[in-house]
Amino acid sequence: MKPAGFTYTRAATLEDALASVASSAAGRVIAGGQSLGPMLNLRVAEPKLLVDVSRLTEFRQASIEGDVLAIGAGVTHAQIEDGEIADVTRGLMRFVARGIAYRAVRNRGTIGGSIAHADPAADWLTTTIALDASIRLSGAAGQRKIKVSDFVRGPLDTAIGDGEIITHVLVPCLSTSACWGHAKYAKKLGDFAQSMAVAVVDPDRRLARIVLGQRAERPTLMRRTSELLAAQGRRPLSIAPRTAIESDLAEAQIDAGDWTMHRAILERAVQDLVA
Amino acid sequence: MKTVKIRINGEMVSHPVDDRLSLADFVRDHCLLTGTHVGCEQGVCGACTLMLDGKPVRSCITLAVAAEGADVRTVEGYRDAPLMDALRIAFNRRHALQCGFCTPGMLATAHDILSRIDELDRERIRTELGGNFCRCTGYLPIIEAIEDVYAQRAPSAVSKPVVQAAE
Repeated sequence: MKPAGFTYTRAATLEDALASVASSAAGRVIAGGQSLGPMLNLRVAEPKLLVDVSRLTEFRQASIEGDVLAIGAGVTHAQIEDGEIADVTRGLMRFVARGIAYRAVRNRGTIGGSIAHADPAADWLTTTIALDASIRLSGAAGQRKIKVSDFVRGPLDTAIGDGEIITHVLVPCLSTSACWGHAKYAKKLGDFAQSMAVAVVDPDRRLARIVLGQRAERPTLMRRTSELLAAQGRRPLSIAPRTAIESDLAEAQIDAGDWTMHRAILERAVQDLVA
Repeated sequence: MKTVKIRINGEMVSHPVDDRLSLADFVRDHCLLTGTHVGCEQGVCGACTLMLDGKPVRSCITLAVAAEGADVRTVEGYRDAPLMDALRIAFNRRHALQCGFCTPGMLATAHDILSRIDELDRERIRTELGGNFCRCTGYLPIIEAIEDVYAQRAPSAVSKPVVQAAE
C-alpha cells in the first residue's frame, strides 16, 4: 500500500526540528524510518507532518561524557555494527547491532528511532535496559534525562512529552571486569525476536541486570535472577539459576505457552555470561 | 509537492513529487527505471533494495524527499563495474534466478556482501542474504553464485567449501 498524505520537512537544526514538531499535534519525528516507513505504508500510522532529523550532524556522532557514552539518536545500527563509534560495552552493542533485521535496514535505522518507536521486541530496548542506559530529550522546556526502563511504558508507548525529541542515548562505560550474555530466538533470521535476553554484570559499577524482551510486553527486568548475578559477581554460577528465573517469570505473568521458550532464552543468556 | 533532485546512476534528475512518494516509486514511475521491484512494501522482502550513497537500503520504506541530494544506484546503473559483471555472469552460470523478481535486490545485496566483508563462508553469505526473499531458486544457486565471485576475488579461498559446493 501507499501512505496517506502528509507534509515532510527536513530539519536543519535541532531548534528547527523542535519548532516543527511543536507546530503540529499530528506530527511525527522520522529518522531512518525503518519502523515508521512500514507503518506509513500500511496506514497504521497517519501523521499529518513528518519532521526528518536524520541529517542533523549532532545526531550522527557519539562522545564520552564522564562515565557514559552519549550516542547521538541518529546513529545507525550499521554504524554501531561497524565500530564507527566507541565501544564502551565490551562488544555487547556491536554484537546486538549485527543481529538487528538486515544490513539494508541497519544502514538507515537509528538507535534513537528504535527507542522512540518502542516496539517491545526491538533489540535496543532490551539491551539498553539491561545496560541501565538513559536517554536525553530536548523540548520547549529544555533538556531532560530519563532511564530507558522508565521511558518505555508498554508496547509502542513511551513517556515522551509533546514536542519532545530524543537527542542522545546515554550508555554507561563498562569497566574492564564487566561481562555480558545474550540469547535470542526469532522464527526467521532478522525477524523480531519471539524471546530475547540480555545480561550485564559489572561488579565495579555495581551493575547486575538481566532483562527479558518479548513480543507484546515491555522488556522486563528479572529481579531475582539479577540479584543472584550480583551476588555471584565475576565467579561462574555454581548452579543454574532456574528457581530464580522461574520465580521472575511467574512475577512477570508470562503466558504458559511462552514459558519454556523464555526460560530457555534466559538460561542461555546466563550461560553466555559465564562462558 | 516538492521538487526532488537525486543523482541516479550518475545522472542528476529532478522531478516534482508528493511528499509521501517512496524512493522505489520515484525510480520506477518518474525515472522509468523499472529494474527496481516493489514487493512487500514494508521492508521485509528485499526486492526493492538499491544503493543509496553506496549502501544498500530498502527503497520502498525510504521516502524520495528524504533522498534529496543523494547518490542512488539501481540495477540499471552498473556500467564498467567489474564486480557486478562478475556477479551477473555467476548468476547466469549458476541459474541463480528464474522469474527474476528478486534479482535486482539480490544483486545489490550480493554486491554489498562482496565489497564490505573480507572473510566469507557459506554461513555468513546465508546470514547476509537473510533479508532478500526468493521464491523460485531455493537460494542455493544464489549462494553458489556469490561463492563463485568470492573465489575469483580471493584465490586463497578456492580450496574452501566453495569448491565442494559446486559438486
